[in-house]
Amino acid sequence: MMRPETEAELAELVAGAGGPLRVVGGGTRPIGAPVAGEALSVAGLAGVTLYEPGALTLVARAGTPLAEIEAALAAENQRLAFEPMDHRALLGTEGAPTVGGAVAVNASGPRRVQAGACRDALIGVRFVDGRGVAIKNGGRVMKNVTGYDLVKLMAGSHGTLGILSEVSLKVLPDVEAAATVTVSELDDARAVAAMAAGLGTPFEVSAAAHLPAPVAGTARTHFRLEGFGASVAYRAGRLCDALAPFGAAETETDAGRVADLWAGIRDVRPFAGSGGDVWRLSVKPSDAPGLVARLPEGARAIYDWGGGLVWAEVAPGTDLRAALGAFAGHATLIRAREATRAALPVFHPEPAPLAAIAKGLRAQFDPRGILNPGVMG
Amino acid sequence: MELPEPDPSILSKKDRVVERLREVMPARAVIDDPTETRAYECDALTAYRCAPMAAILPGSTEEVSAALRICHEEGVPVVPRGAGTSLAGGALPTADSVILGVARLNAVLETDYDNRIIRVQAGRTNLSVTGAVEEEGFFYAPDPSSQLACAISGNIAMNSGGAHCLKYGVTTNNLLGVTLVLMDGTVVELGGAHLDAAGYDWLGLICGSEGQLGVVTEATLRILPKPEGARPVLMGFDSSEVAGACVADIIKAGVLPVAIEFMDRPCIRATEAFAHAGYPDCEALLIVEVEGSPAEIDAQLSLITEIARRHDPVELRESGSDEESAKIWLGRKSAFGAMGQINDYMCLDGTIPVSALPLVLRRIGEMSTEYGLDVANVFHAGDGNMHPLILFDANKPGDLERCEAFGADILKLCVEVGGCLTGEHGVGIEKRDLMSTQFADADLDAQMRVKDVFDPGWLLNPAKVFPLAASAGRRTGRRAA
Ligand SMILES: Cc1cc2nc3c(=O)[nH]c(=O)nc-3n(C[C@H](O)[C@H](O)[C@H](O)COP(=O)(O)OP(=O)(O)OC[C@H]3O[C@@H](n4cnc5c(N)ncnc54)[C@H](O)[C@@H]3O)c2cc1C
Repeated sequence: MMRPETEAELAELVAGAGGPLRVVGGGTRPIGAPVAGEALSVAGLAGVTLYEPGALTLVARAGTPLAEIEAALAAENQRLAFEPMDHRALLGTEGAPTVGGAVAVNASGPRRVQAGACRDALIGVRFVDGRGVAIKNGGRVMKNVTGYDLVKLMAGSHGTLGILSEVSLKVLPDVEAAATVTVSELDDARAVAAMAAGLGTPFEVSAAAHLPAPVAGTARTHFRLEGFGASVAYRAGRLCDALAPFGAAETETDAGRVADLWAGIRDVRPFAGSGGDVWRLSVKPSDAPGLVARLPEGARAIYDWGGGLVWAEVAPGTDLRAALGAFAGHATLIRAREATRAALPVFHPEPAPLAAIAKGLRAQFDPRGILNPGVMG
Repeated sequence: MELPEPDPSILSKKDRVVERLREVMPARAVIDDPTETRAYECDALTAYRCAPMAAILPGSTEEVSAALRICHEEGVPVVPRGAGTSLAGGALPTADSVILGVARLNAVLETDYDNRIIRVQAGRTNLSVTGAVEEEGFFYAPDPSSQLACAISGNIAMNSGGAHCLKYGVTTNNLLGVTLVLMDGTVVELGGAHLDAAGYDWLGLICGSEGQLGVVTEATLRILPKPEGARPVLMGFDSSEVAGACVADIIKAGVLPVAIEFMDRPCIRATEAFAHAGYPDCEALLIVEVEGSPAEIDAQLSLITEIARRHDPVELRESGSDEESAKIWLGRKSAFGAMGQINDYMCLDGTIPVSALPLVLRRIGEMSTEYGLDVANVFHAGDGNMHPLILFDANKPGDLERCEAFGADILKLCVEVGGCLTGEHGVGIEKRDLMSTQFADADLDAQMRVKDVFDPGWLLNPAKVFPLAASAGRRTGRRAA
């Protein structure tokens, strides 16, 4: 396995590569069609290079373990607001997730509804394109419209346009307190309506998720509130009132239990180790219950992002897109056997003009087609 | 500033192009009378003017598509235009271009409170988006000071920000979908009502692309429930160092204000003379605003004032009512107007790491003496986005050029200390030739390669963003080819 220690070495290796490369960070998120190619690890490009708590910014080399970044932030009472999902339990992988990997897949947790996705926190990148050219875009300041925003383009590009060598992130203060407000026994449609009601209040709901009965035993609809202690208590009370039409709400304020519940939802823990394939649907929240009703017999679903994100677990080998028919949004196959991932497009097929632009971009940034070829179709 | 020479071969086919455009939209939507095209000769960077060959005001995505197809076939450059409030010359035409204005595209297409989105035609003004949803208790967060006039399409093209972006983000963080027409007339839908788009982050790429990749005709925007209330505190300090340290301490304490605004002494004095807001005469003034219920606001403000006291403020004034809030904001909100009263001014918007504030302000002060031009500084202190206003006299020969040179030096300084040329106004023509101070050739080439894919003929707003010399081959070579 190639393992450059500097960006210059990385650029040299890519420029000199004789064939396809399989880019690995921590190796914990093997998402996408299987890639044949020589492994290139960026784990050697590690370390936080700049952290200014007073400016809410952190810059780190792409191979830096997320755990190291989270520890540095915690020491200053700050955090990554996009709470990146840890894919290890769901995908059965081992290793240390890196910040570059989180960015490459745009890993964004339940706080997406309030604080945005990974791409929203990303303010700068350095990367090496498929020609071996080192490129920078964005920077270390959070307000920056100088030139095109290739920063966002790199987030979620799964290593197909360039290999990240360094990323800059906007971070946020950690919170003093958090609470979970829960309503029970709602059917999916009522639950999504309740989440719309909660997210439509001014009480700054920082996450809203629904675990239907097949997943949780008893259906539970959860809302998270965060902030200063007194403020969280006040808002939890007001939120319970606002949710009264949906039934009595309970409030959990134990920090450990609140954190554990949301980490479980973030990491899709209920589907960890189960035998089925796992798909991720991004939809208009109010469409979600109708789509879930169309899932094949025996499927299970988890709703996050107020219904805008649905995790669906189906029998191995199922072509979920065929089962659902056309819908507004997209479906990504996150967990399946290699054969299934090779047979079904992992990413949602795009309309022809967009597919052509995507191909054109890859031809510009990776003319030899050597960066994770085929991963995104 | 150098502007590209118009292409005579394009000028010579004006009549045919105009005639063809009239075939695909109402005749009155195609403007070619030189007395009328003058209305489109500049945006808010008024020092540069040039009337376009023609201006068109299509009324639908279909008309935009048909018009672009014609311009594509004829090889005519197209400059998209929203409300023309760009401070960077983003909507400045060339004599051989067609202005494509979206003023007639101003309808609300859908409001959906359950999914917290609004879909609008792209010519709708920023403030009227909030206007369409506020009765239901919602608002559209990005709020540029020009929000009464500027269009959503211009906001998208420039990735505009506003006073509240520390908490709510800028345009790109609040945009969920667009209808985009490519230069060859192809219509594509990017994103929609869902929170993340499929495939590459097309939305992120379009946002801030300054009208160079496609024409936006519709947009799906995130709307948010209005907070229960908001209140500011005003504080004055003896030095900008201390004010900067206070900002850092507030942020480190875990409070996330919606806005932290900074003004320096020249700015305070000018606005006082104009607006009589009762500001203290001091080196540095901060306005910090927080949101929530009355009790939540009290709690946050008391934490913030406690931090401020540790920095020996010369003034500390917490708002207790809507009137007091309005008074605190009065001076800040009239800052630009106040400057306009006393002088012509140029407004810069480079961003710096917040920690570099004292150094940068000191250097700006020194340069002000060297150039013999006064500067007032307004600053979004939470995010480092500066707004130095350089005062000059447009009627005095040489003053504009001196002002531009001074401005360029300030922007270079922003880059030097780790920041960037523009935090929210965009590059346009204004900062085009400074791009090489921030980017290496390879960085600029990577961006231009993206344009190569979307607009291979470099016909859309071609002479912007990139140094003219860097884009020359692409602009002329491709068109001839
Ligand atoms: C007094 C004043 C205060 C301001 N305050 C702020 C502020 O607080 N924050 C801030 O960010 N900016 C501010 N601005 C700058 C300006 O208002 C913004 O850049 C705004 O977004 C421009 O919108 P517009 O509709 O006027 O666009 P225009 O000026 O018409 O065009 C701007 C750019 O958008 C492109 N464009 C327009 N329509 C389309 C379309 N349909 N498709 C593709 N491209 C298109 C144009 O080609 C051009 O490059 C201010 C300007 C003024 C004059």
